[in-house]
Amino acid sequence: MAMAHAVASSMGGIKTAGDLVARMQLNKMRLTEAKEYVAGKLGVSVFDLSDSTTMRQVREELDIGVVTAVPGLAKGLEAKARIAELLDIRINSVERLKAKTGFGTAVV
Amino acid sequence: MGTVVTRMGDGSTVRLTRDEIRRDIMEGSEAAAVKAKVPVLEENEVDYLVDMFCCPSRVWGVERGHEAVMTKDGGTNTLISSRLSSGIAAPIGRETAVRLFERAFAYDSMEVGHLDYSVKPSKFIVSVEQEHMELLQHTTVLPLFYGFMPNLGLYYRPDGQFENPSDLLPLGKIAEARRTQEEALEACHNDVVWQSKMFADTGCDGINYDTVASTGDAEFLATLRATETISSTTHMPVEVSMAAEMVLGFHGELEYEGTRLAGLWPHQQMKLVEKAGAAIFGPVVNNNSKKSCAWNVARAVTFVKACTADATIPIHPNVGNGVGGVPMFEVSPMDMVSRASAAMIEVGKADGL
Repeated sequence: MAMAHAVASSMGGIKTAGDLVARMQLNKMRLTEAKEYVAGKLGVSVFDLSDSTTMRQVREELDIGVVTAVPGLAKGLEAKARIAELLDIRINSVERLKAKTGFGTAVV
Repeated sequence: MGTVVTRMGDGSTVRLTRDEIRRDIMEGSEAAAVKAKVPVLEENEVDYLVDMFCCPSRVWGVERGHEAVMTKDGGTNTLISSRLSSGIAAPIGRETAVRLFERAFAYDSMEVGHLDYSVKPSKFIVSVEQEHMELLQHTTVLPLFYGFMPNLGLYYRPDGQFENPSDLLPLGKIAEARRTQEEALEACHNDVVWQSKMFADTGCDGINYDTVASTGDAEFLATLRATETISSTTHMPVEVSMAAEMVLGFHGELEYEGTRLAGLWPHQQMKLVEKAGAAIFGPVVNNNSKKSCAWNVARAVTFVKACTADATIPIHPNVGNGVGGVPMFEVSPMDMVSRASAAMIEVGKADGL
């Protein structure tokens, strides 16, 4: 079931920019607005956001987490800290990291 | 005239002519329009669905560039449960399952949830649930929800402490049936709020209230009030996903912000969910297993299109077994799931699924 939807309609998660657009939807943006916002922040076209060939390169250059296993690139919370800064949004786990470590400025 | 191989709403294969498919699509759309008093599909939208159902291709999909965001209810139950969510009881833990959804299946977001998915059983093991969320937040990049069902039904006897309205209503005890629902909804609301707040400091990206209003208007009210509280007092966005297309009036007189809840259709439910402060709304449209998938998909996208036309928040319709045009069968046929999926986005204008 989940796979059929992923094949038919999904943006593609961290293989593309699906996770980033999802984060903007959590900020109550409709799909079109969310895509335009993310594309603007990444410096790519809206069409590129779902293109795994383009986004694989973009994600590595921005170091915001890639879908394949590549030593040296940002993982998990490290990648999310960079995404929060890139998209200028609050990510709860990143805020928790700041609170626990004292690193960075909290986003209210 | 040649026929097309397609399916009925129970998943069985059927052969229909192109004209029969067009007729089913128009009748399905009309059925939704009459029920919810919303517009029928336009001619170009009917044409899209006819072409889609008449195409012999095994898999259908949205046009490149039209992809939408996937949220997932039921957590990882698809992989690790038995029976629930057509689970396969894979011998892996939840952390592994979530990582697979992120890395192998490239899902846009994912959810952590207890196998016994209702708030009432899961609240007793909340510390285990919090630990899973905290650990996963360290290792994943995609947004992670915590999800559960308010499931007011578990608060009634024999499972719960409140008298069961289903026992009282046949006896004509209307006032008693209403009173027990009002008392139970308070207990359910308190549990939903408590459980949600337990995740506020775990790094959780959002809360998903799933299968909402499964026991009617009292459960919907409990959820709307909880949504209002969590949306206004925490940094966790709330997704509200429904159980059925219409809110059953088990109580019949309950209101939220001056609107009676009984009998509300998806586009009307959406307005209240928005008002409560939710970030995402998941409407449901039921299937008729005796009608064709063409009829069911057309009916479902007509409801959803009315929802997306007026929404200010993202709309993620439910497209699981037996809802949203997907056949009512444990093993889902990809030919129909992919068509329901694409139709929801291309015609229903959904922001995600």
